[in-house]
Amino acid sequence: MASTEVLPQETILGERERVVNDFSIQVATVNGSGSQTANMVLLRAIFQMGVPVSGKNLFPSNIAGLPTWFTIRASKHGYIARKKETDFLVAMNPETARDDILSLAPGAAVVYDEPLKLDQLRDDLIFYPVPFDKLVAPCCPEAKLRKLVRNMIYDGVMARLLGIDLAQVETALRKQFKKKVKAAELNWNAALAGYTFAEENLEKRDPYFIEPMNETAGKIIIDGNAAAALGAMFAGVSVVTWYPITPSSSLVETLIDYMKRYRVDKETGKATFAIVQAEDELASVGMVLGAGWAGARAMTATSGPGISLMSEFVGLGYYVEVPGVIVDVQRAGPSTGLPTRTMQGDVLSTATLSHGDTKHPMLFPSSVGEVFQMMGQAFDLAEQLQTPVFVMSDLDLGMNNWMSDPFLYPEKPFQRGKVLTAEDLERVKDWGRYRDVDGDGIPYRTLPGTPHRRAAWFARGSGHDEYARYTERPIDYVRNMDRLARKFETARKMMPAPEIDTRLADIGIIAYGTSHWAVEESREQLRAESRLETDYLRIRAFPFSSEVEDFIRCHRRVYVVEQNRDAQMRDLLALDLGIGTEKMRSVLHYNGLPIDARTVTASIQQQEESIRAATVRERTGT
Amino acid sequence: MSTTPQTPPKLNRIGMELAVYRGARTTLCAGCGHNAVTERIIEAFFELGVEPYQVAKFSGIGCSSKTPAYFLQISHGFNGVHGRMPALATGAALANRNLRCVGVSGDGDTASIGMGQFIHMMRRNIPVIYIIENNGVYGLTKGQFSATADIGSTLKTGVVNDLTPIDCCALAIQLGASFVARSFSGDKRQLLALLKAATAHRGTVLLDIISPCVAFNDHEGSTKSYAYMKDHEEPLHEVDFIPHYQDITVDYEPGSSVEVRMHDGSRIVLKKLGHDYDPTSKCAALEALVKAEEKQEVLTGLLYLNTAQKNFLELLDTVSEPLASLPQERLRPSKEALDEIMGELR
Repeated sequence: MASTEVLPQETILGERERVVNDFSIQVATVNGSGSQTANMVLLRAIFQMGVPVSGKNLFPSNIAGLPTWFTIRASKHGYIARKKETDFLVAMNPETARDDILSLAPGAAVVYDEPLKLDQLRDDLIFYPVPFDKLVAPCCPEAKLRKLVRNMIYDGVMARLLGIDLAQVETALRKQFKKKVKAAELNWNAALAGYTFAEENLEKRDPYFIEPMNETAGKIIIDGNAAAALGAMFAGVSVVTWYPITPSSSLVETLIDYMKRYRVDKETGKATFAIVQAEDELASVGMVLGAGWAGARAMTATSGPGISLMSEFVGLGYYVEVPGVIVDVQRAGPSTGLPTRTMQGDVLSTATLSHGDTKHPMLFPSSVGEVFQMMGQAFDLAEQLQTPVFVMSDLDLGMNNWMSDPFLYPEKPFQRGKVLTAEDLERVKDWGRYRDVDGDGIPYRTLPGTPHRRAAWFARGSGHDEYARYTERPIDYVRNMDRLARKFETARKMMPAPEIDTRLADIGIIAYGTSHWAVEESREQLRAESRLETDYLRIRAFPFSSEVEDFIRCHRRVYVVEQNRDAQMRDLLALDLGIGTEKMRSVLHYNGLPIDARTVTASIQQQEESIRAATVRERTGT
Repeated sequence: MSTTPQTPPKLNRIGMELAVYRGARTTLCAGCGHNAVTERIIEAFFELGVEPYQVAKFSGIGCSSKTPAYFLQISHGFNGVHGRMPALATGAALANRNLRCVGVSGDGDTASIGMGQFIHMMRRNIPVIYIIENNGVYGLTKGQFSATADIGSTLKTGVVNDLTPIDCCALAIQLGASFVARSFSGDKRQLLALLKAATAHRGTVLLDIISPCVAFNDHEGSTKSYAYMKDHEEPLHEVDFIPHYQDITVDYEPGSSVEVRMHDGSRIVLKKLGHDYDPTSKCAALEALVKAEEKQEVLTGLLYLNTAQKNFLELLDTVSEPLASLPQERLRPSKEALDEIMGELR
């Protein structure tokens, strides 16, 4: 009975208190083995028990065979940032098992595939061996399906060990398989086999428990790409172009599914949209500009390499003044970089994408709810400002599953901006495409097809005057460039305001996008561990509003937390606000994994400590 | 009773004067083939009474790409970036299916930097008239070879091209363009007829027009010069276009011509010149192009036509109105729809 030989329960658990609804599980599997389904079922089962939960998929750039990890974090406090430490490991991948085991903190628990004999590696962990192959055979007669069903066994084992309601596992499993009844049955049997095995053979010795809460009622689980897709659909997008690239592909693929359901004319069966898979990102952004020029709400979604390719066209969009929405689901660069890992690495290059003097509005969503909402704002802003607008998502937001309140229906009518019709032109004596009539830098445009003799204008990327005529005259060029700068100042007032939480502290923290979740948790850690109160400003858009500038001015120092090496946002703040970087210190995280609270806390603690030490040295003259 | 002398008609059939079909004064060289193409476009659109408000003009970068400013001044135009005219035109065509899109490009803009977008536009059969003003040379940067320069042709400096030329017509036929023709800027009659026929087609029209560059490629040794074209142009047929609104029956000698009916009821009549040619056969077209190249002939005329092939908008099955003009209530699904989706995500 070697497989079930266990240490007496009291030796470990006796020293430790129960840890309820506040730990993280890491499942290490092989890519393409169907583990995603098992992981989602486990996550959903916890969610259905009312416990706040988040899931992060750490996957390779590969279809099958390479290692992949899935982290599930249950947090009764509602923290959903990645947790650095793994409390419970499910070790299914022989290739990574050794490293996975060695990286655990003492006292962590491990469910592992028995033949791997992982219990020999360390004596300070709690091991639960499970003979997966023996268990899968009876519940899955078809040998070739076993590989896919096998993972469901650990859901059963985990349910038993953690106290997850088996009925919730079944509900989650049937939801996951939807109409595939036969597959659901096979998998359910596997989960049951795991549960029964654990019940009969494994003695609970770890301190981790899931207990029912009531924190998830009415909530949804969705990934950020799907949320962005829904945001676009409800914002009335009608032309979508794309070129497949991780991690943005699923955004358009999800959009296609939803558009087929909700944007096909009931009477005629015809689509109120056009979605085109382009030959490359140059073409996809070119089509967006062509469609935006012709009056449609048009968008594309891409990632860093695509953004680089779009550079020239985006400059055209800026200079010709054509709306378009570009979603950048950022991944780790430079170059191909780590295509399946996250980063906030395109901030600076996107802000001024293209040659010459260019700058572009950007939105920084932190959550699935916010990206849904910001897609609508992006279309409004693009048409109001007549310029390309970027939605700066990232892989962590886009491809991971997040718990959220249901999205609110956007009641606000579309803001289509300054578009003159033929009737308008009748009233306007002297219309010039690039004349700043209102003093806000935003001119009036007409759309092709407008039946009026004075409607046409010639969009050109070369020098143009107020009437869109070709010019190389210095005065015309400067006037136009200055008006574009004025338009950018108008944009500053139209962008979503930052979110500020002030406790009248000396120290401020600035973050944006998905870094928010680590900062939120870190502030509590700083308060508890270092008695350090912090104020917090979450940037939601570029250009920055005066509140951002005030926040920096009002604090002794400000930590800018971001997921890149070069402190891109800090530099952009200095550039855009015309302020020095002296007050801004950086907390940087750029290993491709989502930033976690511990990293933020440790960095700030360390920097604060060295500042304190330096002050002491200064005072004592040593 | 005296009869008043017949004054030439000042207005076309939709009541527009010729002037509105013109544009700004050309800034290209005197004698540039492109200016002649511009003139033919003006004539074709004026004579057919094409609604200028519904025309959208596109171009990339280069001498050719300047020309949309020189015709149809009351039509919207978009001069984009080098080699990327197809993407802009595609986007606009998707947004507004009522637009009659005309793109002008050059051989550099198409066959080198723009090759990717060119071939994919041909594949999609997007309803756009794609005109290549082909002179085998980069004019605006002062005379470098383009990818359509023939083997053995020389630059003014004497440099000889030894790379295979790209035949945009052959490519377009292979890739799915449904109206492919080659012409010569100096062949007024043929070019005008082909341009008119192009307006009646509802897929991609590829019109490759040999259009000599008087500044950098009109010398001896050039295969895109006026003199070379005079000696080597080989018209496949005489092209006549009879618009749908003209109820004309022309009596051709039996067997002397081929007539093709377009979607709007217009007709193209191809009068035989020496040899039989079937413009509906891809094989025949490609074979003729290869043979002509071997004989150092420049084959002109309607190379290939397929009026049955679905265009991209038909494949996408979009509503009959322009997407750009759909009101909010047709673009934003209902609150019930969102509730339903949220319910599924719980």
